[in-house]
Amino acid sequence: MSYEHPSLAPLAARLAAVPTLPADALDAEEIAVMGRKQGELTLLLKSLATLSIEEKRAMGGALNQLKQAFDAAFAARRAELAATAAAVEARQVDLTMPARQSWTGTRHPVTLVVDEIVEIFRGLGFTVALGPEVETDALNFTMLNFPPDHPAMDMHDTLYLGGEGGGGQVGERLLLRTHTSPVQIRVMQDGPPPYRVVIPGMVYRNDAFDPSHAPAFSQIEGLAVDEGITFVDLKATLTHFARRFLGPDTRVRFRPSFFPFTEPSAEMDVGCRLCDGAGCPACKGTGWMEILGCGMVHEQVLRNVGLDPERWTGFAFGMGPQRIAMQRYGLPDIRLLYGGDMRFLTQVGGGTP
Amino acid sequence: MKASRRWLEAFLRQPLDPADVAARLGMLGAPVDAIEQVGADLGAFVVAQVTDVRPHPNADKLRVTTVDDGSGTLWTVVCGAPNVVAGGKYPFARLGTTMPDGLLIERRKLRGEASEGMLCSARELGLGQDHDGLLALTTDAAPGTPMADVLGAPDHRFEVDVTPNRPDLLGHKGIARELALSLRVPFRLPAIPGEVGLDVPPPHRAGDEATVGGVRLAITDRGCARFLAAVIRGVTVGPSPAWLVERLQGAGLRSINNVVDVTNYVMLELNQPMHAYDAGTLRGPAVLARTARDGESLVTLDGVTRTIPAGALVIADAERAIGIAGVMGGHDTEVSATTTDVFLECAWFDPSRVRAARRAVGLSTDASHRFERGTDRWGASDAFQRAVRLLLTVAGGTVDGQTVDCVPVAANPPRIFLRPARVAQVLGLDLAWTEIERCLVGIGATVVSKPDDGRIAVDVPGWRPDLLSEIDLVEEIARVHGYDEIPTEVRPFRPGARQDDPAWNAAAHVRTGMVGLGLAEVMTLPMVASGGPAAPHLLNPLSAEHGLLRDAIVPALARQVEANWAAHTGDVRLFEVGTVFERAGGGTRPIERMAVGFVVTGGRRPAHWSDGGARAAFDRWDARGIFDRMVALAHPGASVQVEGDRWVAKDPAGLPVGWCGAVAADVPAWADQLFGGEVTVVVSTRSAPQYIPLPTYPASVRDLALLVGIEQPVAAISDLLLQRGRRHALEAVTVVDEYRGAGLPEGRRSVAVRLTFRAPDRTLTDADVDQAIGRLRTSLERELDVTLRSS
Ligand SMILES: [Zn+2]
Repeated sequence: MSYEHPSLAPLAARLAAVPTLPADALDAEEIAVMGRKQGELTLLLKSLATLSIEEKRAMGGALNQLKQAFDAAFAARRAELAATAAAVEARQVDLTMPARQSWTGTRHPVTLVVDEIVEIFRGLGFTVALGPEVETDALNFTMLNFPPDHPAMDMHDTLYLGGEGGGGQVGERLLLRTHTSPVQIRVMQDGPPPYRVVIPGMVYRNDAFDPSHAPAFSQIEGLAVDEGITFVDLKATLTHFARRFLGPDTRVRFRPSFFPFTEPSAEMDVGCRLCDGAGCPACKGTGWMEILGCGMVHEQVLRNVGLDPERWTGFAFGMGPQRIAMQRYGLPDIRLLYGGDMRFLTQVGGGTP
Repeated sequence: MKASRRWLEAFLRQPLDPADVAARLGMLGAPVDAIEQVGADLGAFVVAQVTDVRPHPNADKLRVTTVDDGSGTLWTVVCGAPNVVAGGKYPFARLGTTMPDGLLIERRKLRGEASEGMLCSARELGLGQDHDGLLALTTDAAPGTPMADVLGAPDHRFEVDVTPNRPDLLGHKGIARELALSLRVPFRLPAIPGEVGLDVPPPHRAGDEATVGGVRLAITDRGCARFLAAVIRGVTVGPSPAWLVERLQGAGLRSINNVVDVTNYVMLELNQPMHAYDAGTLRGPAVLARTARDGESLVTLDGVTRTIPAGALVIADAERAIGIAGVMGGHDTEVSATTTDVFLECAWFDPSRVRAARRAVGLSTDASHRFERGTDRWGASDAFQRAVRLLLTVAGGTVDGQTVDCVPVAANPPRIFLRPARVAQVLGLDLAWTEIERCLVGIGATVVSKPDDGRIAVDVPGWRPDLLSEIDLVEEIARVHGYDEIPTEVRPFRPGARQDDPAWNAAAHVRTGMVGLGLAEVMTLPMVASGGPAAPHLLNPLSAEHGLLRDAIVPALARQVEANWAAHTGDVRLFEVGTVFERAGGGTRPIERMAVGFVVTGGRRPAHWSDGGARAAFDRWDARGIFDRMVALAHPGASVQVEGDRWVAKDPAGLPVGWCGAVAADVPAWADQLFGGEVTVVVSTRSAPQYIPLPTYPASVRDLALLVGIEQPVAAISDLLLQRGRRHALEAVTVVDEYRGAGLPEGRRSVAVRLTFRAPDRTLTDADVDQAIGRLRTSLERELDVTLRSS
């Protein structure tokens, strides 16, 4: 922009000086130039009325541009001075003093593990199914192919409900489910296949509390039933899960095992991450850690819910989030997970201590 | 099952590496939980020959010997063992040797005679219990030979985790079969050192009655489907030979006497429990397998008098029960040191009968553990004959007459038809017929016919009672072929069509909200010590501490706060989402309900230096704020009302669904008050909030100081203002201050409220707002007797 009219030269010079004005001279200069009554620019603008039309045309535009330029220059200088002042003030504060914090909420370690597992299986086409924690003998055992009075029952030390509500009157013995598997039965009775569900929930055993056992704990179970599902699908699905959950390089192996409701049955081990497979106390020197039990859904279980095992096949699996949490967070005692010690919860949950 | 490495080596005739054994068994479904070395390292001991034995001058029971340990020096050793003889070879601990029990062998004087080392018994070497004398070595090894070269490396004991479907793995033969399969080598039964009795004819087949060695044998309860028996007379009960002691010890059993050891040996080898009775104590003489009579009792081997459960299968003589079949024998008919005639029993008992009996008497034994899982009904004869020969070998005596094999009802092992197509359908891979056959033959099955009609007939071995149908064979094929050999390839699948259970998403929604409020999630035990009248009781809790199912969340949270206080943590903020239970009565299942509870105590925020040491603790208003949010999260549509000294949430039908207030707890003097609340989580369909256009015109704000009655609820004032102010564009009423004290009229407090006015279509003028305030003042005065403080 040019203010070439000779009478504007002094003002143009003062405009150029604004960005260097000290703080205490800024207000005075603004009044001197822009003051409502005696400001030099104000007076020039007022004098426009007395000029001829030609002169007005020559001066008017230039004066207005000059006014806007002064406005902008004073504002910019003021902001700059304010920022400098703030910076000076900030330098006087000891910025190493502790910050003001707020409390941070935390999810339970077992919730974190369960949620993560659920999310991985969602990605494999599974949805979440739930069921009651009080169950009948029929759903907890009989329908799942536990032979009555068989040693397999010894693996499930069962808690029964007593007194009124124990189910005595109607001859239906009520118990606290010993696994989430009864929900498999509920899902299969609820509609026709295909099924593809994960089932998280609390289960109960008549075990004393000790560093590695609890009378109630979480379980997360899965069930997939369709035409053409094979042991290959079981291995592929669970191997994929292990690598998503524990890392892409995770080594996986399947070992034969026994569960009444699956056949063939297996345990899935993953390479011990503490010793990288070399063997250490945590993995009892084997280099492997047991992570889940699984198998092909037993034909008798399918028959029990009215499905033809010649047509429908499937796999099921189950794991214990508490054990996984213990491995993940290096917990020596499962009872930590049942307590409410704020120090522990914030430590593993990453909250404000 | 505890298995001995050496015993397995005797089956496989090759040395075994303990870690390799564990790995192979694990991959076949029988993981090894622990490997324990049995006996001391023998590295410190050498073979020594006693060249001279003479009496001790000062002690009748001690002898002074000269010992050649091959070092060139002859040592003088004082010895107390009665069996030391000149020319005999014994294990020797030289001076400076540390014994397994920690004793250091030094030169010392025994009753005045110097002793320079120690001749050792088996027990001193950690090889057994035998302490009656020195371990006499029958070896050609020269003095000085390390003992390890003579006795071999120490044994290893495997703790094998055997699943309930695999009774065959409760015997060494079964484990050896699996290892042979894995190593692809043959295996066979180990020879019995010095075996005699090979001329004893096979047992005589009979039905449900027979006579054996003058003893009448009768089976009247079909829970006993096979009973082999022998009477052996003239036995000498005494210690077992070293090899037998070592076998038992390797498998974790203590040697008792040669007769009992034989029964235990066969049990550990072939998974066939047996029982030996003192034949002289049998009344009749008879042995019966019959159903227990009402009120019958028995003093069992352990000396305890036990009532025999009604209907149990017992072994009896002509007058009384002498054993609970498959569980434990009786004390009165036990083989003792003076026994000369033995009645040997080898039977098959119905697994469920044995299980019921041992549960009823509360006694689990090595025998019952095996019988209830199923012993080999068809292999019992081989086990029996091996036991007879072993007994004759280690205890002497002769078989009286014929041995018998009573089979009340004959049966054959099941035959299963297997379709290779089914193997492919389940396993997802096509296996060659030869591989299927290899797997089946490997587990001891007999393949009867080749697949021509698409089926193979398979006779399963008697030691595998778990193999009952085709799918059981499919599993065996997968197991033996190797799970590792089955491919891991992602194949197409149909995703689940079922919706997520809405309760899952409701819980997740609540959890996320509660975490956002700065609370830490906990997961307390759902079994509690006390609760309300509707809390369901457990029939068989471990302890009274866990005798009830919880009917509320907050009490358990309060206990956790107390635990934090005990650890001097005063700032505690917890919540839990979980199931609570309520008895429904009438024999129906309890009602299960999802609930969320919270507790807070201590600092409202972490302490900061700028507060100058002042500490603002959570108060009831913080709790109410958390509660309001919790109700919105968990029970949309419920409203919060005052009830007594706390708040309750009520659903639209007016039913209480939650509460909030002070929580009772053992508060230490230094800690802050505890507040909490709980609300039922309902599953509701959560639709997305809908956009309301944001205001375009500015608001006008006025503060009013109101004189309110001490007991007058402010909520009523706010409600009235909002209602009356609606037509004056009153948008919000906020309580900004409360003052009680001097300068106010009697019975009044001052409450400051901020009124926000905003019109949707224009900027309100001061005159508009003044007019509205005037109207509202009038309403307050007339309807609620509330005046402005300034007026
Ligand atoms: Zn490891």
